[in-house]
Amino acid sequence: MNKVMSNKLVIALYVLPALILIVTLIYGPILLTGYYGLMEWNGIGPMSFVGLDNYIELVQDSKFWESAGHSFLLAFFSTLSLAGYLIISLILGGKIKGSNLLRKIYLIPMLLSSVAIAQLWIKIYDPNNGMLNSLLMALGVDNPPAWLADPNYVLYAIFVAILWQYAGFYIIIYYAALKGIPETLIEAARIDGANPVQIAYKIKVPLIAGVIKVTIVLAIVGSLKYFDLIYVMTGGGPNGASEVIASYMYQEAFGSYNFGYGSAVAFFLLLITLVITWLTRKLTASGDEVQY
Amino acid sequence: MAETKHNTGTERNNLSRIGMILLYAALVIVAIFQLYPLVWLFLFSLKSNAEVFGLSPFALPQDPKWDNYIRVWTDGNIDLYFFNSVWITVASVLLTVLLASFVTFAITRMNWKLNKLVLGLFMVGLMVPIHSALIPLFDFFLTVDLIDHPLSIILSYTAFNLPLTIMILLGFYYTLPREVEEAAVVDGCSVHRIFFQITLPMTTPVIATTAIINMIYNWNEFVFVNTFISSDKFKTLTVGIQNFIGQYLTDWGAIGATLIISIIPILIAFLVLSDRIVEGIAAGSIKG
Repeated sequence: MNKVMSNKLVIALYVLPALILIVTLIYGPILLTGYYGLMEWNGIGPMSFVGLDNYIELVQDSKFWESAGHSFLLAFFSTLSLAGYLIISLILGGKIKGSNLLRKIYLIPMLLSSVAIAQLWIKIYDPNNGMLNSLLMALGVDNPPAWLADPNYVLYAIFVAILWQYAGFYIIIYYAALKGIPETLIEAARIDGANPVQIAYKIKVPLIAGVIKVTIVLAIVGSLKYFDLIYVMTGGGPNGASEVIASYMYQEAFGSYNFGYGSAVAFFLLLITLVITWLTRKLTASGDEVQY
Repeated sequence: MAETKHNTGTERNNLSRIGMILLYAALVIVAIFQLYPLVWLFLFSLKSNAEVFGLSPFALPQDPKWDNYIRVWTDGNIDLYFFNSVWITVASVLLTVLLASFVTFAITRMNWKLNKLVLGLFMVGLMVPIHSALIPLFDFFLTVDLIDHPLSIILSYTAFNLPLTIMILLGFYYTLPREVEEAAVVDGCSVHRIFFQITLPMTTPVIATTAIINMIYNWNEFVFVNTFISSDKFKTLTVGIQNFIGQYLTDWGAIGATLIISIIPILIAFLVLSDRIVEGIAAGSIKG
């Protein structure tokens, strides 16, 4: 038994192809990003070493901090929206007819490409022929804004599309977690006279605290990485009003051919992602394992 | 006394019934918010420009223009992008699931010292933001002459989906009884025969889950194709649609038809396999 299952050659044959692939295409590039950030490079010609210049420029670059501010704002709103998803999941988890069907309907947008979602919402927000402004005008609003062309509204307009895309995802996660709570606990509370709101707030929510913390990490880290949807919907515009970290990086590298500076932005994105993941895990390590 | 008690009882019942109806209404409103934009998309995909610009956006198409679909399919190159998406998705899914199964088998069934370390290496990959790898990855494919070659995206999809796929497979492999495999070893079976003829067939349910999740990710992927591929002949639907819409900016019917074509395979997969998709998404929730 041990001999056959310890064959080193077979193990190498089974593991190495995948291992080589992730080392070459994930770990190599991730490590190189920080190094490329030390270079000045137009993507084709030779690289020249400029030390920490790109990183110093990054710290002083107001356009970068504006983009980072937008990313953090999206992260903040995404985290807040989790409360709404949790409430919906709590209602769905009560014995409601059709909850299975509703859950699946909620999920559908999540399965579509960000490109398709972006194009659809461009049409919804169309100032003249779009669904939203026609509805608003029918309700008596004069001159509703051109949502995606207005620097004051563009980020919120994008956020609504993000809500639409991800609602089902979080609802599915919460719903699955709530299903894992033993029925006996809830029954015991009910016999003691707790009403449904108390049961939800005092029993169910604390019991899935671990999952809630994981979704907070997901919402924050996911928001900091938003790219496709914004790139297609507004390209970061108008005039940088919806630029985020990832779109700024892409624009610098593949739009302006500042690959060195783009790498510095990408490295910052990597660091902040890892720090936030680590911090949130650290802060929540004790609450992860809930014993019933 | 007994009477008042009875009364407050029915009042409370009425109150909770009203509460239930309100909650239910809230859920249905959310469902409409999630579904109606897609219905609206389908409706305008069947309209002519005269209808889009002249009538209310909520009007039904007067004379459904299925012609929009035929037009974009042939004139708009959408057929080419569609088939590129199909074969690139299928190739990546097959490669990812096969390689991930190899790794999971070696980690859970074979005896070697570094298995925990190697598993850890794959799992850390779940946290890596792809945008942070993009520039060096672009440079790498440039160096090995794979820029504007479909292999660059197939290999990228495989590498970036391996961690998640292995994670989902792992849970299933751990719960799978080993007796059959152990008996096969006693009978003198080779490792390859055990893997291909016993383990792989036994793991079909979880392979289906990982395949459908991989399919959705690959079908929808945009950044890698947009960055690595420049020739029309290799572009997939997500980037192709962008091209197409750039040319047909004001043709709402054509744009709607293209978007519907791009989401139909996903919707069909969803109708057939929704439970597996839900399961895979819940399991893969830590993928970033």
